[in-house]
Amino acid sequence: MAHSEESQVTVLPPDKEKIKKLWTVAGILGAITAVEFVVAFTMGHGSLKTAIFVALTIVKAAYIVGEFMHLRYEVKVLLWSILIPMIFIVWMLVAFVYEGMKFSEINF
Amino acid sequence: MAHTSATTVSPGRSVWDGGVSPMGASYGKLMMWFFLLSDAFTFSALLITYGLVRSAHQAYTGTVEAFTFSTEYWPIPEKVFEAVPFLHGIELPLVFVGIMTFILIMSSVTMVLAVEAGHRMDRKAVEKWMLWTILGGITFLACQAWEWTHFIVGTDTPTLVKDFVNGQWVTKEVTGASLAINQYGPQDFADFFFFITGFHGFHVFSGVMFNFLIYYNTFTGVYERRGHYEMVEKVGLYWHFVDLVWVFVFTFFYLV
Repeated sequence: MAHSEESQVTVLPPDKEKIKKLWTVAGILGAITAVEFVVAFTMGHGSLKTAIFVALTIVKAAYIVGEFMHLRYEVKVLLWSILIPMIFIVWMLVAFVYEGMKFSEINF
Repeated sequence: MAHTSATTVSPGRSVWDGGVSPMGASYGKLMMWFFLLSDAFTFSALLITYGLVRSAHQAYTGTVEAFTFSTEYWPIPEKVFEAVPFLHGIELPLVFVGIMTFILIMSSVTMVLAVEAGHRMDRKAVEKWMLWTILGGITFLACQAWEWTHFIVGTDTPTLVKDFVNGQWVTKEVTGASLAINQYGPQDFADFFFFITGFHGFHVFSGVMFNFLIYYNTFTGVYERRGHYEMVEKVGLYWHFVDLVWVFVFTFFYLV
């Protein structure tokens, strides 16, 4: 079966630099998660804590999408056609959380 | 890869005239990106609704130490998710979800290493890294099964919950949670837990299925005969997306 064709395929050696970079990104993701844990248990609940979590999450998301999903190295049109629609999500989040806070004032 | 050379266009011709990949990505990869975008909208809808309902409920204002479960206010997550398998009765807030996050990040790394091996046409390495990725996915699902079981069964001490039975309100002792009743706080809290982590878990499950198909096709030499391992890349995109969603679920459901 497949083994008869094996000789025709040229297997390139591992790209050491690229693999090292991937592990670095993994390390960064792990480190950010560790920082999140430290923040979770040393800070009181409040909007500053939430802001720190959201900021760290966006950093993590940028590393996953940019490096692991390779979007940073794709054509710019592709990058923007994925990122620009995210504006709708951000707007929806802001609008709905604001609405929710108004609901709690009505106290139904 | 084939798609990198596809971007070159002869002068006088538009990229949209056909025969080339306008965004420098193959058809399959581009469609995977747009599918993931639509999937991101679905997950956002769930998480935004969670944000709306949570901010509409009263927040807990006391100290973390004095916290008790009540339907009057939204629970603080580190008091709900504090159990770890085999360590019954010991409070280890968020440790288990931390382990789950770590498992998913690791399986994302092994996936990207499989993609890297695919670029080099290294079948043995693709097989190895795909197996690690599948193992990571299955471990995550097993962790989630345990977490759900714990959430459904509940804590040792019950919470007093008001329930509407036969036309009147009765107060009863409740342990655990379901879509109908919840000991940890307002009913919506349990419902969102089941829906958000359930929808994500279902994505992980289908991701494991896809990963297995890719492993099988690699093992039987399908991609070697095809001359490229682009399918590994496409399914890799999906798998990273599942990891990405977990990053958001972890923040908004467990940390905030």
